[in-house]
Amino acid sequence: MSIVTVQLGQCGNQVGQELFDVICKDAHDGQKKGYNDASTERFFHETTTGDLSSRAVLIDMEPKVINHSMSKAAKSGRWRYGEKSHFSQKQGSGNNWANGFCVHGPRHREAMEDLVRREVERCDRLAGVMTMMSVAGGTGSGVGTYVTQCLREVYPNSFILNHLTWPYDSGEVIVQNYNSVLTLSHLYGLSDAILVHENDTVHRICAQLLNIKHISFGDVNRVIAHQLASVLQPALTTDSYGVYSRNPLGELVSSLACHPEYKLLSVCSIPQVASSSMAYSVFSWPGLLKHLRQMLISNTKMEEGIDWQVRAPPAHCGGAESARSFRTTVFNTSLANLLILRGKDVFSAEADGFQEAALYTSWLPSREAFSMWKSPVSFNQYEKSATLVSNSQTLLKPLDNMVRKAWNMFASRAYIHQYTKFGIAEEDFLDSFTSLEQVLSSYIQLG
Amino acid sequence: MTQSIVVQVGQCGNQVGCRFWDLALREHAHVNKKGVYDEALGSFFRNVDSRSSGAGSCDTMGGRIQRLKARAVLVDMEEGVVNQIVQGPLRDLFDTTQLLTDVSGSGNNWAVGHMTYGSAYREQIVEKVRRAAEHCDCLQCFFLIHSMGGGTGSGLGTRVLGLLEEEFPEVCRIVTSVYPSEEDDVITSPYNSVLAMRELTEHADCVLPVENQSLVEILTRVRLMSRAPGPGVKTDSTLISSQGGGPEKPFDSMNNIIANLLLNITSSARFEGSLNMDLNEISMNLVPFPRLHYLVPSLSPLHSLADCSITPKRPDQMFSDAFSKDHQLIRADPKNSLYLACALMGRGDLLLSDLRRNIHRLRSSLSFVSWNPEGWKTSLCSVAPVGHAHSLLALANNTCVKGTFTALRDRYTRLYRKKAHLHHYLQEEGMELSLFSQAAESLSSLIEEYDQLDRSSSSSSSSSSSSPDAPRLQIAT
Repeated sequence: MSIVTVQLGQCGNQVGQELFDVICKDAHDGQKKGYNDASTERFFHETTTGDLSSRAVLIDMEPKVINHSMSKAAKSGRWRYGEKSHFSQKQGSGNNWANGFCVHGPRHREAMEDLVRREVERCDRLAGVMTMMSVAGGTGSGVGTYVTQCLREVYPNSFILNHLTWPYDSGEVIVQNYNSVLTLSHLYGLSDAILVHENDTVHRICAQLLNIKHISFGDVNRVIAHQLASVLQPALTTDSYGVYSRNPLGELVSSLACHPEYKLLSVCSIPQVASSSMAYSVFSWPGLLKHLRQMLISNTKMEEGIDWQVRAPPAHCGGAESARSFRTTVFNTSLANLLILRGKDVFSAEADGFQEAALYTSWLPSREAFSMWKSPVSFNQYEKSATLVSNSQTLLKPLDNMVRKAWNMFASRAYIHQYTKFGIAEEDFLDSFTSLEQVLSSYIQLG
Repeated sequence: MTQSIVVQVGQCGNQVGCRFWDLALREHAHVNKKGVYDEALGSFFRNVDSRSSGAGSCDTMGGRIQRLKARAVLVDMEEGVVNQIVQGPLRDLFDTTQLLTDVSGSGNNWAVGHMTYGSAYREQIVEKVRRAAEHCDCLQCFFLIHSMGGGTGSGLGTRVLGLLEEEFPEVCRIVTSVYPSEEDDVITSPYNSVLAMRELTEHADCVLPVENQSLVEILTRVRLMSRAPGPGVKTDSTLISSQGGGPEKPFDSMNNIIANLLLNITSSARFEGSLNMDLNEISMNLVPFPRLHYLVPSLSPLHSLADCSITPKRPDQMFSDAFSKDHQLIRADPKNSLYLACALMGRGDLLLSDLRRNIHRLRSSLSFVSWNPEGWKTSLCSVAPVGHAHSLLALANNTCVKGTFTALRDRYTRLYRKKAHLHHYLQEEGMELSLFSQAAESLSSLIEEYDQLDRSSSSSSSSSSSSPDAPRLQIAT
C-alpha cells in the first residue's frame, strides 16, 4: 500500500527530502526484492521513463526551500520529486500561525487539494496521508493545520499521521509556543496519530552519539529521517505471514493510538553511532533490547546517560497518587508500545521485557498494549537495529513546558493582536489551552 | 522573492535615502560580479530597458543589468536636496516620475507639512507610490525615512505614513525616524516631534528611532580612533566613506550610519542565508503590544569599521558591543532596562553556534520581561557588508527607549506652557489646538505603558529571582 506525504514549510520540506533519501538508499542497496518492492510501492511511483518519483506534495509560502529540496533530490540520481507536485508562493507566513491558518490556507485550498488528489489517484491502494511540518513557524504550523483539516474532510476514512518537529526549548522564533499550542490543539481533533521529534533531543544525539562538532540543521534532519524511515520501511507483523505489503499507517495507528485522548507518539532508536565507529561496533539483540527497555522506562531519549536505577513499580498504585507528583517521578508509564526490529537473526530476538504489565496503564492489558514488527533485512547500514515508537508519558514534560510558557505570555496578552488581525480571537486561544490541559491531564493519569 | 519600496521624505529623509542607495549599489556590485539582474537586486531595484527611455521594463530575472532604477519615491517640499540627487552620481537611479517637490518648504512647521501640503499633494503621492507598487510582483514592505524635528519630514512624512496604511493596509510599514538633538537649532522641533510621535505610534508597524546626538558621539569616537597612529581609515569601509556620492556633505557620515542600519535590516531580504528572517517576521516577533513598536537599533562593529589598525574583533566582542550603551543609535542603555524582545541579525561568516553561545553568555546580564524570558529572534545572512568578515545588528524592544520620549515631552511642555509659536500652527487649515493635547496625551500614555512594564518587572524581581508562573487552567478529572 502507498503513503502520500505532504511536506509543509521550511522544516517539513527539508526533513521530507532527507526521509525519501534515506528510504531510497536503504531499499536499493542490494536488498531483498520483496522488501524493495514493498518500499517502492509505499513511497514512490515509476515514471514513464523508469525513474522513481516520490509520492509527495511540497507546500510552502515561499519558494527558496522547495527549490532547494527539489534540486537536491534530482541530484541524488536515485529519485526525484514530481515535476508538478509542488506549490509555493512568494511571501512567507511570517512566523504567524493565524496568517497560515486563516489567510494562506483558505486562499490556496483548491490548488493544494488538487496536488494531493493527483498523488492519491496515482496509488493503487492508499494506506493514508502523512504530513510533515514543524510547529514553531507560520507555514508548517498554520497552513499545515489547515491542510490536515481539509484532508480530513476530503478523505474521512483514510489514516492521517502528522509528523511534527518541536522547536528548540530556547527557540529561534519568539512566538513559537503560541504557534505550537494552536497547532497541537487543532491537530488533536483531526489526526489519527501525531509522531513527534524534538529538536533538543535530536541535537543531543548529533552531539553525543554521532560526535558532530558543528551541528547544522542538515545533521538534525538526517537523524529525524533515519528514525522515521526505520518506522515506515516495510516490516512483518505477527499476523502478516511473511508478506510485507501491509498498511503501515493503519497498523501503526491501531497498535499505538487506541484511545482518542492519547495520540502523541515518540520515537527512539538504537544503535546510533558515528559512521567512523560503525566498523568497530558489535551488537547483540539481548543487549540492544535491554538498553532500549531501560530508555523507555527511565524516559531517556538516547542511549547515553541512561538511569539504570529506575525500576518498574511492583504493582499499580492508584493513578491519582502518582499524578500529583508527576514532575518528580521518573518512571515512565506507557499506554502502548511498538517495537520494530530489523537485521540479522531478528527472529531469535526476544522482547519479553516489553510485555510486562507493570510498564503499562492498568486498564489496557499488555498483550493489547505491546506490538512488535520484524524484518530480517538490515536497515540503513546497521546490521541490527531496534526502534521503539511509544505512546507514553515521554512527551508530557516538553508539552507541559510549551503550554506553561505560552500561558504565561497569554496572561499578559502579549502578541495576541498579531493573531487577532488575521481572525484568531482570544477565545480560540482559550479553547486551545483548555484542550491541551485536558491532554496533559490524561497523560498524567496514565501513571 | 519579495520587493520593498523606500519612501524618503524631507531633507534628512532624502539625504539618508541617498546614502542608502549608494551603499546598497556598492554592496550588490561587490556580490554580483557578473552583472546579472537577480532576485537579490530585484528586491530594491528595477531593471529597465536602456533603449526605450525608462518605460520599457525588463524585470525578468537572470537577464543582464540594463539600467537600474531604485524602488523609491522621493518627496520634499523644497528643491535643493532632491535636485542635488538628480544631478549627482546617482541620477540614473531615479525617474522624474518618482520625484515630488515644491519650492517653498514647510518652514519647520508640522502643520504645514501634514495639513497643507498633505492635502494638496495627497493624490500625487498616492499615485507615485502606486506606480512603484505596480512594478513589484510581491510588495512586502515600505521603508519610510524622515526626521522628526523639521516640517516636511515630520509633518508630510507622517501624513504619507497614514496614506500608506490607508492604501496598502497589508503591506508592512517600517519607519526610520531621526530624532533631533537636545540643542536643536529648530526652535519648534519639540512640537513637530510630539505631533509626529502620535502618528508613528498609531500608524507604523515598527519604528527604528535614531538620535542625532548619538550619531555625533559615535562619530567622535570613531574619529578619535582613526587619528591614532596606524594605517588609518579603511578606504572601502562603508561607514564613513562617501565615494560615489560626490563631495562629502556635512551630514554624510552621520547619514551613512543610518544607511548601514537599513542595509543590515534588509540584508536577509536581499541575500541568501542559513537562517532567513523575512521582513514581516520583525514585527511578529518583536512587537508584543501594538503601540510598543519602537525598536532600538545598535550596530557593531563600529570602531573597527573605521580603523584597520585595530585587528578585526572576534565575534564574541561584537555581540558584547551590540548591548553596550556606546553602540546604540539612540542615547539609552538597554542593559539597565527591561527587554520585551530582542532580534540579533548576523551577517557574514557567523555560525549558528556563535549565536547560541553568545545568547547563552549574555542572557544572565540582561533582564527580560517575565513572560518572555527567551525573547530572542535570530537570523543569519551569508553576505557580509563590503570590506568586513561579519557584522551584527541588534534590534531591542526595550523600555530604555522611554528616556528619549520623556526628554522630548519635557521640552515640548516647556514650549507649550508659554504657548510659544502656536499661532503659526493654528493658522494652517485643518490644524486645531486639540491636536496638540491629543498628541501629548498619546506620548504620555506611551511612556506610561513602558513605565508599567518597568514597575511590574521590578516588583516581581524583588519578590523572587524568577517570577512565578501564571496559575494554569484546571481540568476537572
